[in-house]
Amino acid sequence: MKESRELVIIGGGPAGMSAAISASNCGVDVLLLDQREAPGGQIYRRVESPAVADPTLLGNDYLQGLNLVTLFRESTVDYRPDTVVWEVSPGREVYVYGGPGPGVIEARRVILATGAVERSIPVPGWTLPGVMTAGGAQSLIKNDGLLPEVPLVLAGTGPLLLLLACQYLDMGVEIAAVLETTPRSNLKRAMAHLPGAIMSGGYLTKGAGMLSRLRRARVRHVRGVEALRAVGSDHLQQIEFHAGGREHRLGASLLLLHQGVVPDVNLASAVGCALEWDSGSLCFKPSVDQWGNSSVEGVAVVGDGAGIVGADSAKWFGEMAGLDAACQLGYIGANARDTLAQKSRNLYRRSLGIRPFLEALYRPPDAYRIPVDPDVVICRCEEVTAETVRAQIGRGARDPNAIKSRTRCGMGPCQGRYCGLTLSEIIATETGQKISEVGYFRLRPPVKPVPISAILELATGEMPVETALPDPTVKPLS
Amino acid sequence: MNPDVVIIGGGIQGCSTALHLALQGVETMVIEKNYCGRHASGVNAGGILRPGRYPVELPLSTAALKIWADAESLVDDNCGFRPIGRLKIAENDDEMQKLATRHALVHNLGYSHERLIDRAELRDLEPHIATHAVGGIHATGCGHADPFRTVSAFKHKALTLGVKFREGIRAEKISRNGSVWQVVTEDCVVEAPVVVNCAGAWGDRIARDMGETIPLSTIAPMLMITNRMPPIMRQRIGAVDRVLSIVQQPNGTVIIGGGYLGTADRDAETTSLDYSKLAFNARIACDMFPTLSDARIVRCWAGIEGAITDGLPVIGPSATEANAYHAFGFSAHGFHLGPVVGKILAQLITSGHCDIPIDAFRIDRFSADQG
Repeated sequence: MKESRELVIIGGGPAGMSAAISASNCGVDVLLLDQREAPGGQIYRRVESPAVADPTLLGNDYLQGLNLVTLFRESTVDYRPDTVVWEVSPGREVYVYGGPGPGVIEARRVILATGAVERSIPVPGWTLPGVMTAGGAQSLIKNDGLLPEVPLVLAGTGPLLLLLACQYLDMGVEIAAVLETTPRSNLKRAMAHLPGAIMSGGYLTKGAGMLSRLRRARVRHVRGVEALRAVGSDHLQQIEFHAGGREHRLGASLLLLHQGVVPDVNLASAVGCALEWDSGSLCFKPSVDQWGNSSVEGVAVVGDGAGIVGADSAKWFGEMAGLDAACQLGYIGANARDTLAQKSRNLYRRSLGIRPFLEALYRPPDAYRIPVDPDVVICRCEEVTAETVRAQIGRGARDPNAIKSRTRCGMGPCQGRYCGLTLSEIIATETGQKISEVGYFRLRPPVKPVPISAILELATGEMPVETALPDPTVKPLS
Repeated sequence: MNPDVVIIGGGIQGCSTALHLALQGVETMVIEKNYCGRHASGVNAGGILRPGRYPVELPLSTAALKIWADAESLVDDNCGFRPIGRLKIAENDDEMQKLATRHALVHNLGYSHERLIDRAELRDLEPHIATHAVGGIHATGCGHADPFRTVSAFKHKALTLGVKFREGIRAEKISRNGSVWQVVTEDCVVEAPVVVNCAGAWGDRIARDMGETIPLSTIAPMLMITNRMPPIMRQRIGAVDRVLSIVQQPNGTVIIGGGYLGTADRDAETTSLDYSKLAFNARIACDMFPTLSDARIVRCWAGIEGAITDGLPVIGPSATEANAYHAFGFSAHGFHLGPVVGKILAQLITSGHCDIPIDAFRIDRFSADQG
């Protein structure tokens, strides 16, 4: 059974919700597919029914999300939760499992608002039990109200690392140390972008507030951390690093790593959207125009999935894409679209002012993106090491797909989300090619592992017969 | 620095031919438009199979199996070859009858590798098989190899023996200038006395430059692979009337295929999948092994393959030109044959004859005067 819709939006975060609201306000029939059980995305996860007793501890930015979610709930958008999209064909057939609807939805237009994933931080020992990502840990708070019961160490770089540290402190969790891998030289480069950052709103004040919160709590805060390693036999036991000219050792059983987020390009890439290298935020992102339209007709990509912009910018971007979808579908004219989009465009531009500053300040150092230690695992699904990958490059491999085929790097259930950038950057470094020439994995559907039962449902009508080749069993040649 | 032999296409046939030529001291160059093993050779289901082959391919496939069994001595790598055996399973009495006919045919040709088995023996061999299966043909010695690893191993061994590989360069046109073949690429012209067309799904285009036509269509056989599962099957499994070929790998993942086709665009070098057909493919797999109903599909893909209308490849000398050879259009069952096809071509090129009958694969078999 197939369903046909005018506009299908994938992802229920700020970009997806605001695109849905603005398009439906113009009269468009909008279906929003969300793999989660309630709207809000990763950033506003469970904001309608928080998992923690005192949600104010998650901060004002989180609580503000309720406004957008409420607007979304009040709109005429058809919201379909618990629905995982596993493939979108170039002809805009959307394949899903879970949720109340059919397995295939034909869409006249598609907006992908699939958000970001954390950049992996492939240091020695990062795959040990007891080591997880800061984003994953934050999800456990938002989704389940789960807090660590042992003193923990946060390590890496980026705003989320500091934010999570402050949230933990406010909730009474003991933090043994915050180890910042941000090189000191980053601050100098970031200062060049200070004027834009000042103009873009309260980000700098927020950042200063988080740092002073850590100081007040007398959390051990080490800057310029190099050569970070997680050590243990079958579980994390110790963290080792260089800082201030000497070697440090720190006993720990929980380490949360983070070095920023990157667009989740898997679905966009599966549709066939052209990708480009973003040298500011060191990641591949779909090439899109000012309305989010990708290289594939009728498919737009918005929010962090089109390049990391943050929740506020994602919301404004989504709104513009929703208006353009309404225009393309004939509900409003181009002039009306431009007028309606003016406010969000101004706010969008203003909110982007902070990006150059943040990108310069939190640019992850090469050593944490391009592992030198031969034994470091690159692809955790298939346990492929840096040495294995470099050996293939040494034998002449230049293409991430060839290395994938030979080593299984990127062939596991995560579909290369956590190793794709690492692999492309290693190839570029080893071969001296530009990373834009090296490119990214050719991704195979499904973008997420799909229960075979969902595939079985697509078998309708008569069993197809293949006639391209004769059957050698029944038509023996003499 | 022109070679003695230029090979167009760096798939299993091209890499194998290059290796066997190098073993005889022939200066060889391979021109490959992408990277070696990019298309069908590197992304196929890895079937090393004799049952279900056309009888005319049995001598070839038997010789190939000997090479697979000792791949290590040829390419310093076992290519992931696992002789787990092949089971072609009958789902009803009609299919069993068909298998009995096939078995008699192969037996009468003097081959004893295919053995008819009954319901009880089938269950001994495959305890998780569905209850409706009535029997099958079993063949030992066959099994599975890792496609990309194999192509890489053949290529690497050829490299160490001095073969030159030019990857990322497309052969645009070939022509003869006196006694020399010229292969025109976008940035150079390679000259060699001998040319070999191992261009797979693009092989008819190279043949056309030699004035030869062959009814080749481009097909895209689809495959899917599951998450890691507990042990479900031991041999490589095939069905009879329904489309299914299925094998469980040592890491537990199960490859499901058998020949349902997506669509291929050989100019763009892309494929698109037909999920309705994949759904039937999955249904047949779950019918055969009900425990697969718990699986998740982790990847689906299709390769670009050249299929010739009679299902047989082209192997042998050009019918129109001297010092030109073909090995292409393997019609979705060439991976197994690759190691021996290279040996045959090398033998043809260096001595003018070969030990194994290949007349059925000649390129002019469709010409009017060939009957």
